[in-house]
Amino acid sequence: MPTAAPSRDGPEPAAIHARQRWMSVLAKAPAEAVERAWRDLRPPPGYDLLRPAETGLAMIQARMGGSGRPFHLGEMTMTRCAVRLADGTTGFSHIAGRDRRKAELAAAFDALLQRPADQARLLADVIAPMERALLARKQATADKVAATKVEFFTLARGD
Amino acid sequence: MYVAVKGGERAIDNAHRLLAEARRGDPATPELSLDQIDQQLALAVDRVMTEGSVYDRELAALAVKQARGDLIEAIFLLRAYRTTLPRLAVTCPVDTARMSVRRRISATFKDLPGGQVLGPTFDYTHRLLDFSLAAGGGVEPVDTPPGAPTAPTATPKVASLLASEGLIEADDADPAAGPAGDLTRQPLTFPAGREVRLQNLARGDEGFLLSLAYSTQRGYGRSHPFAGEIRMGEVAIEIVPPELGFPVEIGEITLSECEMVNQFKGSRTEPPQFTRGYGLSFGEAERKAMAMALVDRSLRAAELGEEATAPAQDGEFVLMHSDNVEASGFLQHLKLPHYVDFQAELVMVRQMRHDAMAAAEPGDG
Amino acid sequence: MSGPLSPPGLGAGFADPVGDAQRSFRRIMDAMARPGTVVEVGGAVMPPAPLMPATAAVLLTLADLDTPLWLDPISADAAGYVAFHCGCTVVPAPEQAVFGVFADGRRLDGLGRFAVGEADYPDRAATVVIQVAGLGTTGGRRLSGPGIDGEARLAVDGLDDGFWAFQAGNRLLFPLGIDVVLACGHRLAALPRSVTVREA
Repeated sequence: MPTAAPSRDGPEPAAIHARQRWMSVLAKAPAEAVERAWRDLRPPPGYDLLRPAETGLAMIQARMGGSGRPFHLGEMTMTRCAVRLADGTTGFSHIAGRDRRKAELAAAFDALLQRPADQARLLADVIAPMERALLARKQATADKVAATKVEFFTLARGD
Repeated sequence: MYVAVKGGERAIDNAHRLLAEARRGDPATPELSLDQIDQQLALAVDRVMTEGSVYDRELAALAVKQARGDLIEAIFLLRAYRTTLPRLAVTCPVDTARMSVRRRISATFKDLPGGQVLGPTFDYTHRLLDFSLAAGGGVEPVDTPPGAPTAPTATPKVASLLASEGLIEADDADPAAGPAGDLTRQPLTFPAGREVRLQNLARGDEGFLLSLAYSTQRGYGRSHPFAGEIRMGEVAIEIVPPELGFPVEIGEITLSECEMVNQFKGSRTEPPQFTRGYGLSFGEAERKAMAMALVDRSLRAAELGEEATAPAQDGEFVLMHSDNVEASGFLQHLKLPHYVDFQAELVMVRQMRHDAMAAAEPGDG
Repeated sequence: MSGPLSPPGLGAGFADPVGDAQRSFRRIMDAMARPGTVVEVGGAVMPPAPLMPATAAVLLTLADLDTPLWLDPISADAAGYVAFHCGCTVVPAPEQAVFGVFADGRRLDGLGRFAVGEADYPDRAATVVIQVAGLGTTGGRRLSGPGIDGEARLAVDGLDDGFWAFQAGNRLLFPLGIDVVLACGHRLAALPRSVTVREA
């Protein structure tokens, strides 16, 4: 049975990597996109709340000079949630901001994505489109920013 | 000394209503939405997040609206709200070298790898009031180069370029230094470690830091600075939830970072090398990050064996007076009733005047 | 959807995190403020063995990310439970802890190693929960001090005899010293650093 905490030998690095990817995408995707993806599940599965969505703060650490010892920069709001599906699979979410509904759905998706029977379909139908949208937004910004890159022309000076 | 004063409740209630009315202004003017403040007064939101010490655009926009645009009042509101939330996590240190850069300039190297990227900057504007904005003009689109989408370019830190030749001091990365102090958990004590100073400066009032930084440039603790690198953009935030045991990204935030390269020093044992100062703030707050970097460098005077003679080099002076919530609270407490205090002084001054006049009076002769 | 549960093997925390923590806080505060008072806490809480519901209630109410916790070797397996429900870090040495737990009052190795505070900051002292076999308010030791009108009685079963000598020494450190909570099932009593204890 899948469990939340890593077992003594720990899950496979590849499995962790895959989970980090979908958790990151769910955290960054707009709330409406997560809500829409949830409504598109037919029927949306039931789940129990292990730890109802809770909003609090994360203290952000930075490094002196960018790479030195850590210091505390300031806090940010975050929301976390833990759910359990009927088969016992647990799902977690930790997302920036104060959207409790989004945190709950992200935790439910995290649980569903761990089930081998659902994983491939959900990665293709839910995670990949969200990831593409996030990348497209980043790319649009990068294109505009690139237009402000300076090309220097060195002028020859007389001696 | 204060005395309990009762009464005035009706006046206070009505003052609150009058404030609400003044906040709303003329009802014929459309009301501001939080989205409008977030999008169109974005730098006010950034300042409130930085000095309020909570990254949450919507909360900061609400604070700006509630405070009628008084940013120090808004910062106070955000700081107060922050105390109602539990701390759920401490993030992994952010890696600004992996920032999705929207602006990145260096005043020390023209041809730095990754290039000079101007981004959305006020620099090069003529600071002429633009009356087309008053008329609600449109926006001219950015002239993006046609063809293939921009490939991501690596943007190594300027400091790392200098470090490869040993020309700049290394970042203090002593792993034996123990966990970083946290001002929100332990009170400030002196001398304060650099990590506590940086936390204090990051929350500190921009105007105060700007003036202090300016004072060092004018000669009160000169540090001969160059803007080695200024960058702004998005960085991913990771935490390691205990129930998972591996890092997960919870989102992205915008940061402004400034790395100052300062006057070099050398000794018999160490060849001359540049020193550095560091500034980092939430959102687009480049002036704040630059001022912070200059003041950070000034506060390192003792550590670098420099004589501390100027205000910006005095840790206790700077750190105890940088917080605008504390400062405005202590200043504004002067509005509280001091009736008894003042009555006592009044009696004393009258008595002293009486005594002085009696002494000056000529004798009967 | 039903109410909050727990991951397999972890056991239930508070069903209503805010309300339950507030009710439980009030009772723990009463116990601290009036030494010799036994209060009931931790109604539906189901911690993993060997933690008692009262011990879990104290941790669920007071412990969080900012309060490092030390668990004695017997209760070490409860680390997952407190990490999940309280979010607190479990530390290896009593010196680093703000809260400590001894699962068996007859085995108190390390009790003398907790922080007792500093002259400038007496609040930087640990609170230690000790699980015992019985708690009663008739007979037993005589308590006096702040919060006690004259004298109170506290009878404790299953507590190492050496504890009382330690407690007397702790009293002498006042205003420094650790605060102790004695837990028994769903009940608890407190021995704050200010209490003076005499034999019956």
